[in-house]
Amino acid sequence: MIVSIGQLDGIAAEYKQKSRVYSKIVKICCGTGCVSSGALKVHEKLSEFIKAENLSDKVLLKKTGCHGLCERGPIIVFGDDEILYQTVGKRNLEDDARLLLKTIQDGTIAENLLYKDDDKAKRYVSPRDIPFYAGQTRIVLSQNGIIDPEDIEEYISLGGYQAVHKALKADPMEIIDWIEKSGLRGRGGGGFPTGTKWRSCRDASGEPRYVIANGDEGDPGAFMDRSLMEGNPHAVIEGMIIGGYAVGSSQGFIYVRDEYPLAVQRLLMAIDKAREYGLLGSNIFNSGFNFDIKIFRGGGAFVCGESTALMSSIEGKTGEPRAKYIHTVEKGLWDKPSNLNNVETWACVPHIINKGWEWFGSIGTPQSKGTKVFSLVGKVKNTGLVEVPMGITLNEIIFKLGGGIHGSRKFKAVQTGGPSGGCIPGEYLAMPVDFDSLTKLGSMMGSGGMIVMDERDCMVDVARYFLKFLVDESCGKCTPCREGVRRMFEIVDNICSGNGSKGDVEHLEELARAIQLGSLCALGQSAPNPVLSTIKYFRDEYNVHIEQKKCPAGVCKALTTFIIDPEKCTGCMRCASECPVTCISGEKKKAHTIDQSKCIKCGTCYDVCKFDAVKYE
Amino acid sequence: MVEFTINGKNVRAEKDETILNVARREGFDIPTLCYNDTLGSDGRCRLCMVEVRKGNRKRIVTSCLYPVESGVEVFTESPDVLLVRKTVLELLLARCPNSETIQYLAKEHGITKTRYMKDNDKGKCILCNLCVKTCEFNVGVAALCMSGKGPLKKVTTPYSEPSHDCIGCGACVAICPTGHIYMEDKDGVRTIWNKRFELARCPQCNRYHAPVEQLEFIATKSGTPMEQLLICPSCK
Repeated sequence: MIVSIGQLDGIAAEYKQKSRVYSKIVKICCGTGCVSSGALKVHEKLSEFIKAENLSDKVLLKKTGCHGLCERGPIIVFGDDEILYQTVGKRNLEDDARLLLKTIQDGTIAENLLYKDDDKAKRYVSPRDIPFYAGQTRIVLSQNGIIDPEDIEEYISLGGYQAVHKALKADPMEIIDWIEKSGLRGRGGGGFPTGTKWRSCRDASGEPRYVIANGDEGDPGAFMDRSLMEGNPHAVIEGMIIGGYAVGSSQGFIYVRDEYPLAVQRLLMAIDKAREYGLLGSNIFNSGFNFDIKIFRGGGAFVCGESTALMSSIEGKTGEPRAKYIHTVEKGLWDKPSNLNNVETWACVPHIINKGWEWFGSIGTPQSKGTKVFSLVGKVKNTGLVEVPMGITLNEIIFKLGGGIHGSRKFKAVQTGGPSGGCIPGEYLAMPVDFDSLTKLGSMMGSGGMIVMDERDCMVDVARYFLKFLVDESCGKCTPCREGVRRMFEIVDNICSGNGSKGDVEHLEELARAIQLGSLCALGQSAPNPVLSTIKYFRDEYNVHIEQKKCPAGVCKALTTFIIDPEKCTGCMRCASECPVTCISGEKKKAHTIDQSKCIKCGTCYDVCKFDAVKYE
Repeated sequence: MVEFTINGKNVRAEKDETILNVARREGFDIPTLCYNDTLGSDGRCRLCMVEVRKGNRKRIVTSCLYPVESGVEVFTESPDVLLVRKTVLELLLARCPNSETIQYLAKEHGITKTRYMKDNDKGKCILCNLCVKTCEFNVGVAALCMSGKGPLKKVTTPYSEPSHDCIGCGACVAICPTGHIYMEDKDGVRTIWNKRFELARCPQCNRYHAPVEQLEFIATKSGTPMEQLLICPSCK
């Protein structure tokens, strides 16, 4: 049991002392991405080798949380960012494990495991030099990929739970002041000032009060919260203890979707450990303050990320939102004052307490302080998690950190803010990324999803995809969202299948406005965004679909025909061998042809042809 | 007391009243489908939306839920309000093309046809939730629920099986604004929600009048002897 700062420091010192016996520390990323690319097998194999070489007491092989560069997983980092190896074990597990062992034994760097630029001209040894990492400012993710998320002592050794101690010495109102002055805004999407929310909750009448962490991340392609809960669960817990103390709550809930089993497991383990060390429970640090946390596993409905639906779900009711004319800080969970923040917001809190609100406020833009974690996915070279200061441009994120677009294609748009966000075209890439700028562009920050699209993405089809998602995920409570969004989907689906008619775009705009105005919750109110933003920036594409019955990107199957230009075709047979329905025929070194009656318009032939011979129209 | 205006008229209201209550009392017509005086509202149908202006800010709010506020200006038929209301009616007309209630309300708003493909599997149900709530809170049985989400959401009995709890009282039928719920009394048997109920026969006039299960439920709840309940209301 830890009751004093001395004991906390003692554990930290002891841990550091213990680590000193290891001459080498090897960190294997065991985030979800790397695990699915085989990180556990690499760990197993390398452990075997280390054991066989009798190095177990000299080498510390650690499983860490997500390192961020998921595209190149499994990722392994030596020491304190000395060497980064990527795609380890992807070619040959045995060989790669031997290379790792060699690095451990005599420091020999395995050249072919290093991160390389596209043209392979430059190789990077330290992750600090790789543009993907060099361009980041890691605060929330600062310990992700470094610590073992299952080891509370390691978290403590890096200053963990110091913020709780500091906070419990202060007056709750003082903490709220700090958070307000830091300029921290909600990371879950709304961007509401966190300190103001805490103050309203503290001022609301009613007992008990609750604090809740929203870990119901549901946007397609988003995994910031997941990586945080899996990679550094104590940061979330620590933030919640401080928040609980500030608003006057002794019970916290973490709402995690059940599709994140590892997050659930790590959080449960972290809560158990925190209780064991006296950092959760009664009389924390002898302050008289009691606080505990329960995990609530969500069933995976997207709408349960909405605060009132989430609370309804915790209460055991159907996850349906309710009108928020009376805010949840006044009447939330079981009609009691409840303070809900996103997990990333909670994880910012200990840093603000430790380093001061002035420090946090010095990062970012005047209206959007601090950093934001984005999951960068889609047609970008370096997919993964990036944490960047607010105000960085989209250009920097996509082209510097993300390395630009795969292959030789051109950037077309970036979708931010998840299904309720919007698509931003190339002309706005110089815009700073902050809450207000993205909203002005017709998109939003959302929880931080960023899907990059190239010229082979059809914007009408993108709108169709997000609408389909929202049709399925609408809770069905209110008419505009339940009925309206599916009718928007029908119209867009018709356009994609060549059945669009004049006036459809205007009809979509009218319906969209009614849905925005008339829906009960933020899901419905923002559901038309993908359609409105694509109409705003890519209206021509809608018109070409409707008037000329063509899909300029060659995606909408009913409007696309792939053909082979006999002049350019060299008869290399690549397309014929890759075609999944074998509808391409032709002799070697002679022009090939596509049997249109069998073609499924997947575009594989177009993608693989090196001679620009496959075209679509 | 709270003072504000509705369509330019000065009105006064108690602090916790909703705009809908005050507006109706003052003679303004706001259509509703999911609202019921005894069951309150949860803002499902979105027909009762009104515009609330406060200084330069304007918002479209659900009048059945929005608490009155001093100094605001409420408009029950602004262009935005009418856009939402007409859209909702056109959408419901496509969902329930055979509902006379919806046809009537739509017509009142100048909508006689819908641009959307008509559904043929939703009956007349607009998912107002009144049947579910009346069964739970007025009758005290909770035999009905909503299942599914999005377009697949529907009112049903748990697992869509005949409910053990349903007493066949027909309160759901009575409260349904569109007449969606099917109930039939024939040859001494009531059929509702896929369950058959034996009807009790009045010992005096010999007419069937209520399901035996319903009378038993009332007997248990109220302590009234079954013999008394068996006598139909007309013979009492």
